[in-house]
Amino acid sequence: MKSNKIKKFQQISNLSRIYTLISIYFAGSGHPGGSLSVVDIINFIFIKYLKIKNLKDFKIINRNRFILSKGHAVPAFYSLLAAKKILKFKDIFSLRNINSIFQGHPDTMYTPFVEASTGSLGQGFSYAVGQAIAYKKLKINKNIFVVIGDGEMQEGQIWEGLMLSKNLKLDNLVIILDYNKIQSDDFVKNISSIEPLQDKIKSFGCNLININGHSFEELDYAFNKKYKNKNPKFIIANTIKGKGVSFMENVPSWHGSVKMSLDQIINSLVELKAEKKLIKLCEKKL
Amino acid sequence: MSTKSIEISKTIISLREAFGISLTKISVKNKKILVLDADLKGGTGTHHFEKKYPNQFIQCGIAEQNMFSMASGIASLGFIPFATTFAVFTLRAFEQIRLQISYENANVKIVSSHGGLDVGPDGKSAQCLEDFACFRSLPNFTIISPCDANEMFQATKEIIKLKGPVYMRTGRSPITNIYKKNYKFKIGKGYILNKGKKICVISTGIQTSIAFNAIKILKNKGFNPTLISMPTIKPLDKNLIIKQIKNHKYLVSFEDHNIIGGLGSAISEVISDGNFIKLIRMGMMDIPGQSGEASELKKKFQIDENALIKKVIKLFNL
Repeated sequence: MKSNKIKKFQQISNLSRIYTLISIYFAGSGHPGGSLSVVDIINFIFIKYLKIKNLKDFKIINRNRFILSKGHAVPAFYSLLAAKKILKFKDIFSLRNINSIFQGHPDTMYTPFVEASTGSLGQGFSYAVGQAIAYKKLKINKNIFVVIGDGEMQEGQIWEGLMLSKNLKLDNLVIILDYNKIQSDDFVKNISSIEPLQDKIKSFGCNLININGHSFEELDYAFNKKYKNKNPKFIIANTIKGKGVSFMENVPSWHGSVKMSLDQIINSLVELKAEKKLIKLCEKKL
Repeated sequence: MSTKSIEISKTIISLREAFGISLTKISVKNKKILVLDADLKGGTGTHHFEKKYPNQFIQCGIAEQNMFSMASGIASLGFIPFATTFAVFTLRAFEQIRLQISYENANVKIVSSHGGLDVGPDGKSAQCLEDFACFRSLPNFTIISPCDANEMFQATKEIIKLKGPVYMRTGRSPITNIYKKNYKFKIGKGYILNKGKKICVISTGIQTSIAFNAIKILKNKGFNPTLISMPTIKPLDKNLIIKQIKNHKYLVSFEDHNIIGGLGSAISEVISDGNFIKLIRMGMMDIPGQSGEASELKKKFQIDENALIKKVIKLFNL
């Protein structure tokens, strides 16, 4: 991937992180840690594979699809749409407010451009498996991309779906794990370890790739890699919880649901080199 | 309902078989219908469908949470998935069904066998006494419990036409037909099988044929209660119930389900909306079942023919 392209991805990600934090700040609750860790992954899938130019494009049937199974990170998705100017950035600051279309977790009833209602872990993954089956039946030669969390892998449902995906030869299913190593209460390894993860995934028959989930070059390599078999693809994207904000990085308490103080939001925005008008907006809302 | 369409035929077939055969017949040239099975095709009757349409049959393994979530994903792209298993295993995926099928208003048809004591010897682990209660609490769901093979055929046809989630209970015991083939089933309608007075028995599913036989015996003894078959539990035929409240002294609900949350509770909600009458709820008295033949269990737990006859005579004599 060319360096100017990478730079463009990074700019969009940085703006997404800024919008994500502001919307969570205004909401007074939300999940900053896991939203910041998954920003680069969503950004990459959205720009490279979804190619959505406006909200109407979500209605097209024959296209690549993206399911955010770790639904608590949805501010990252709304923010990406704002960073891409598909949504007005000020609109998404109504996140979690009464009557807002920007629900706390993805909700197709209120938000026409999310692909699935998720938020209860494990369920979005199986929904994606269902869509991959439907695409095979419809002979649509496109992919279903589903992003799951590492804590989410403790749900038995994930393993139910993995087992079946291999059996049904769902090579149109691309699973991306946002492996930030932290869940709600603590580090994953201290709660119920999912390691040795690579062995587990391989033993379930998936095509496995282990990459740095913040490197667009590595993401590009992983997504492009072709296999001769018909197995689903499983990308372990190693990420940093709270990526981009030093005091949040690798700290379990920033998983959520967190109320940010004015100092904290300003320090975060300064670190992310946000425009001054955005910082002022936060100060005004106090 | 006209007596023309009521008949006790000699055909003896279980409701699960009737469902499997009906769906297979109805699905001719309908590529949109997919059947999802969780390793119980012989138990749910869907083996008939698989034999005829192997490419429209998806074996999901013993993994119900994944199956019901998947069903929603499949429905999102225009298919009509029939997700099938035993009634009790739908509850295993209740939360998946809640978020992804009920709240989504997904066009998923859940058809379960093995409801109630009708399960028999397998015992309490497989006897689902709570399915109506659970599904009644879910928005958008239509709940149907047909009473014979002809009604099952009609109901299967109708739920395909209906856009939205459906829960339909079949059954394990062989059952004689009450309805003739020309019977027209409508979702949300109750049917008067016998017009009597003072007491009105309202039954659903497999209990309807038991009640039908009980009413015949009662009539020979000189008692003539009304019998209503209520195949749709949600939305309930409230108007029909309110009419009976005006003309009768007692209502008796008769179901193979816990007395809490099922048909009896649904009727009591109509009563508590201001249509007062005394209601006697016959069903499982908030206790689990056990092993035994279905007929033995229904006798023991007082939801058989004799229990209904005794109850009705007692009410007539009050």
